Amino acid sequence: MKLSDYEKAMYDGEHGRAKARAMDLLVRYGEALGAERLVETNNVAGAFNASTPSVQPIARKGMEHVYSELNLDSDEVVEVPHMVAHTCQLITGIDNDNWELQGVDKSLVDMQRENEKFLGRRGVNMFATCTPYQVGNVPVKGEHCAWMESSAVIYCNSVLGARTNVEGKESTGAAALTGRIPYWGFHITENRRGTHLVELDIEVDEMMDWGLLGYYLGEVIGEDIPVVEGPIRQPDLVKLKHFGAAAASSGGVEMYHIPGITPEAESVEEAFGGRKMQGTFRYGSQQRRETYEKLQSATEKKVDFIMLGCPHNSIDQMSLIAHLLEGKRIHSDVALWVHTPRAIKQVAERNGYIDVIKEAGGVVMSDTCPAISRRLPQGTRVIATDSAKQAHYLPAITGVQGWFGSVRDCVDAALTGTWNGRI
Amino acid sequence: MDIAAETRTETIVLKGRKVVGGRSEGEALVTSETISGWGGINERSGAIIERRHELRGVSFAGKVLVFPGAKGSSGWSAYFHMTRLNGVQPAAMIFTRMTTKIALGAVVTRVPAVTDLDRDPLLVIETGDWVTVDADAGTVTVIKKTRP
Repeated sequence: MKLSDYEKAMYDGEHGRAKARAMDLLVRYGEALGAERLVETNNVAGAFNASTPSVQPIARKGMEHVYSELNLDSDEVVEVPHMVAHTCQLITGIDNDNWELQGVDKSLVDMQRENEKFLGRRGVNMFATCTPYQVGNVPVKGEHCAWMESSAVIYCNSVLGARTNVEGKESTGAAALTGRIPYWGFHITENRRGTHLVELDIEVDEMMDWGLLGYYLGEVIGEDIPVVEGPIRQPDLVKLKHFGAAAASSGGVEMYHIPGITPEAESVEEAFGGRKMQGTFRYGSQQRRETYEKLQSATEKKVDFIMLGCPHNSIDQMSLIAHLLEGKRIHSDVALWVHTPRAIKQVAERNGYIDVIKEAGGVVMSDTCPAISRRLPQGTRVIATDSAKQAHYLPAITGVQGWFGSVRDCVDAALTGTWNGRI
Repeated sequence: MDIAAETRTETIVLKGRKVVGGRSEGEALVTSETISGWGGINERSGAIIERRHELRGVSFAGKVLVFPGAKGSSGWSAYFHMTRLNGVQPAAMIFTRMTTKIALGAVVTRVPAVTDLDRDPLLVIETGDWVTVDADAGTVTVIKKTRP
């Protein structure tokens, strides 16, 4: 791989051991990919936190050991300097406030807090959310990023027109210290063009419908780049957040175009940019219904856990949930957890939404989600969620039965203890 | 190529591109399905845990893992990284579809890995064959298991 003089100097250790080890990882990774060079990045979103039992033996030796081993893949333990790129922490396994409700051991909470202090002083901003673009990290079109989290990557590439591959714990750790990432995949303009056309026969507007369309796309497209055309009403952040998360769960979609709406294509022609179309799909009432049915893994109507907020809720979603719960009380056999970034939780608190949700018997969680933490209320057998992503992952990871539906259907289930959702 | 002749000699050599250098050998574990790291494997045993995966319950520890590549969460590399720390990593990786997840995952698992082979390894190699991966030379040598 071709390195610039500055990159060579970092590689040779002229800027300290941490950067040398980071460059070593980036070069091994770049060569594995077949990349010809690195690209500068000043926007890193990664997983730096220590919050799982498997990290504990390493954390006992010191947080430098955690960063060296898990974020740099380095046998040499290096002193970790301040990050050079703007860097943030994505979602973690522990809610710093509600850890007891999650059933987390105190020793893990202490480890996470100690680790946060270590990272915070070095410039890793503790957004602690899967949606950094909701709380201040909004990359500009064309900006080269090094992000993890599939739902954030697809949003970054498609909605914002910034450029990132799906990075990992080690590559983001190295990128944060060097401001470099391999120039490969979605960093390169030609690789961002569409591969398949998806024509809509029905209008897509409601939140749930964006989730269904996304889940369908992931199933049929896999890891390619769909170009979606048809009767679409102008979507907002919330709808595209849900849509992308769903497409990145059922498949590995990391980029899509909706001509006229997403920033890299005004027309279908421009979305393909001369690339040969590899196939066409049609999405109509039948595909919609089939996708809805695929997402239901439950048979029992009696539910005991309602999960809202995956990807983490926006303030508007918090407002809607508070409105639906106002003056009501959830069923005594049901737990309701609502997830939102900590920064949005502050606004929701100030607006009184948190009080309304709490008075109804719900819990507002931040920093984590049940799929990442693998923690549900004790005894949970049947869940309901408005997230196609959680409906996809939670039954697989934890063995529960899952219902998927609209936020209204989910709140209704929370109030009655029974699933009555329908398409 | 004369497949029948190869079957008699029972040794096949494939040529490809190094992803991670080194040389190792072991029994092949082959799947035509992609593998998830986070949510797809147990990092303490090396076993596939994904529901509906054809290798569910089977461990790749010490095996030459032959598969199309990675899918799922960006936690892929972190989970394969943990298999190495726990001593249950595969002996080598042979895969067909390059992504950032598999590239980084192979690098941090630190086992010989190759891709872009001149014949489809998913068709040529079967579970139980003895496979030597010389990643620096870009070769995969397959000694077919004697099957009755």
